[in-house]
Amino acid sequence: MSIFVDINTRVLVQGITGKEGQFHTRQCIAYGTKVVAGVTPGKGGQAMDDVPVFNTVRQAVKKTGANCAMIFVPPAFAADAIMEAADADLELIVSITEGIPVMDMLRVKNFLASKASRLIGPNCPGIITPGQCKVGIMPGPIHLEGNIGVVSRSGTLTYEVVDQLTKQGLGQSTCIGIGGDPVNGTNFIDCLTAFEDDPETKGIVMIGEIGGSAEEEACAFIAEHVSKPVVGFVAGLTAPPGRRMGHAGAIVSGGSGTAQAKIDAMHRAQVHVCADLGTLGEYCSHVFAGSKD
Amino acid sequence: MKIHEYQAKELFRNANIPVPAGEVAFSVDEACTTAENLGVYPVVIKAQIHAGGRGKGGGVKLAKSREEVKNIASHILNMNLVTPQTGPEGKRVKKILVEEGLNIARELYLSILPDRVTANIVIMASQAGGMDIEEVAAKSPQKIIRVRVNPLVGIEPYHCREIAFGLDLGPEVSRQFCSMLTNLYRLFVARDCSLVEINPLVITEENAIIALDAKIDIDSNGLYRQKDLEDWRDPDEEDPLEVEASRFNLNYINLAGNVGNMVNGAGLAMATMDIIQKAGAEPANFLDVGGGANAEMVENGFRIILADENVKAILINIFGGILRCDVLAEGVVQAARKTSVPVPVVIRMEGTNVEQGRQILAESGLNLITAVDLKDAASKIAEIVRG
Repeated sequence: MSIFVDINTRVLVQGITGKEGQFHTRQCIAYGTKVVAGVTPGKGGQAMDDVPVFNTVRQAVKKTGANCAMIFVPPAFAADAIMEAADADLELIVSITEGIPVMDMLRVKNFLASKASRLIGPNCPGIITPGQCKVGIMPGPIHLEGNIGVVSRSGTLTYEVVDQLTKQGLGQSTCIGIGGDPVNGTNFIDCLTAFEDDPETKGIVMIGEIGGSAEEEACAFIAEHVSKPVVGFVAGLTAPPGRRMGHAGAIVSGGSGTAQAKIDAMHRAQVHVCADLGTLGEYCSHVFAGSKD
Repeated sequence: MKIHEYQAKELFRNANIPVPAGEVAFSVDEACTTAENLGVYPVVIKAQIHAGGRGKGGGVKLAKSREEVKNIASHILNMNLVTPQTGPEGKRVKKILVEEGLNIARELYLSILPDRVTANIVIMASQAGGMDIEEVAAKSPQKIIRVRVNPLVGIEPYHCREIAFGLDLGPEVSRQFCSMLTNLYRLFVARDCSLVEINPLVITEENAIIALDAKIDIDSNGLYRQKDLEDWRDPDEEDPLEVEASRFNLNYINLAGNVGNMVNGAGLAMATMDIIQKAGAEPANFLDVGGGANAEMVENGFRIILADENVKAILINIFGGILRCDVLAEGVVQAARKTSVPVPVVIRMEGTNVEQGRQILAESGLNLITAVDLKDAASKIAEIVRG
């Protein structure tokens, strides 16, 4: 088992003919992902390698039975792409695109409220179920099949964590980057709920960063509803207030959203807080002892 | 992106949101002319910098005559203004706003911002105008009126009424207020604002409602469709190294510490800064070279880090995904050959093509310290810092 994506996931790629879209589509296919269609308006009838390209998402879904979208279109067109995918009732929409205006995401999120689609991202590395399906830009080879669920607001920081887990022999059930934007789709609580319900997931690693209150809300949820061991890490203890640290959502404003507040919330929820990223793998190995296959 | 008060007021004026008559001035002469054109004294002279609390630092003054305008303008222009938000180093004042004085009866607070949790647009108001909203929220949260607007529907009259009654405005002022608030909401959406704040919003003794102050932040991600606002970016308000870095698409923030660092990805960059502090030093910067960095970007990043004289050591931490380790290594070697590198450099690489990367570094003949993992990198930095 796994969450959100598995061996049966059928992916269509919006923006498949662009440079990024092509590169990462090939990487996903090489990993074993079933990429069944691409969508680029005006290029319907063409193919990217062996993947047929369609003009609209609805056409692509009708012809190929795709149930998941991966989006690489530029920020100015990304909100439109997400809504097109949701309107075609795709179960999962993974938006890699970075730089979507907040005003657009506010509209998207309210539109999605009336749809069944789950959005992951935007501004995220995507989602991977090791050995089965990679929908995103993360390097495949660092992952290992197993039973630790990973959820994070970051990209490369997640790779670092996954790499350390793998080197400790701790494989992953599913790894999800929920993205660094202030307004996003799937949040920590959605992932924690799914990991808690997934019989194959034995432990969870949650990686947060400064800005907003998503970690605090997740911790309140963990205290009530999560029985599996959770290891937490928060980046940005040294971040100065009032400055946006790369990610649009990573900002300490008016004294809220600090790393310390999030770490305190984790402690209160009895999350195993890792204070030193350099030894996170070893720390997890200790906490999850007995959770290995 | 932050803009100045006088620029925010220009947007207000164009959106039919009442502001005091006035104009920006870059010299004492211009200030005097503007004051004369306004025709009535007193006038208010306000320093234009990207930081709040200007009044507390002596950057806002009342002038009752042309002579006073001259004196005050020459005092404020070029002063180093220190406010609670500028930090102790303060900011140089290069422009001032000269405005008509008003007969103020009441001071209110009004702001609009997106709510990241509910994905609504929130309007906040309070009768405690002139105070920091954070302070009001901490001391008397019940005094803050919050109204959430669904962005798909937009602002409706009941939203406005809820706030107008909450502020106890009375029928005449309420009508003006509702029309102003509707215009303000539309401006917020049309201009991709991430914050609009009026503090204070005043009611004059003549029962007019006027935005005495104006603060607008623009969402940088929305700038591509706000081309006319791009010119309002003020390099005088930014760190020169940060301006330089942005020319090369590098996400750089200058900090007070002494260990420079270059990382790919914002989350890992923050975590690397934290590691430097854990090692007993302080980070000199935040630098995210991004996922698609090339050798040239790495070289420029290196140069910008070294331009900060406080830097005593550099930690490069790259997790190669899309950015391959061999590309990074090439960039570092190029940069080190072009510029003399007077400080020790610790490099930690992992991921795509890491072997080729390490080989390039080893064969370069340069004095670069390689770390096998993050733990190793941290202890090597700690060693250097301890001397």
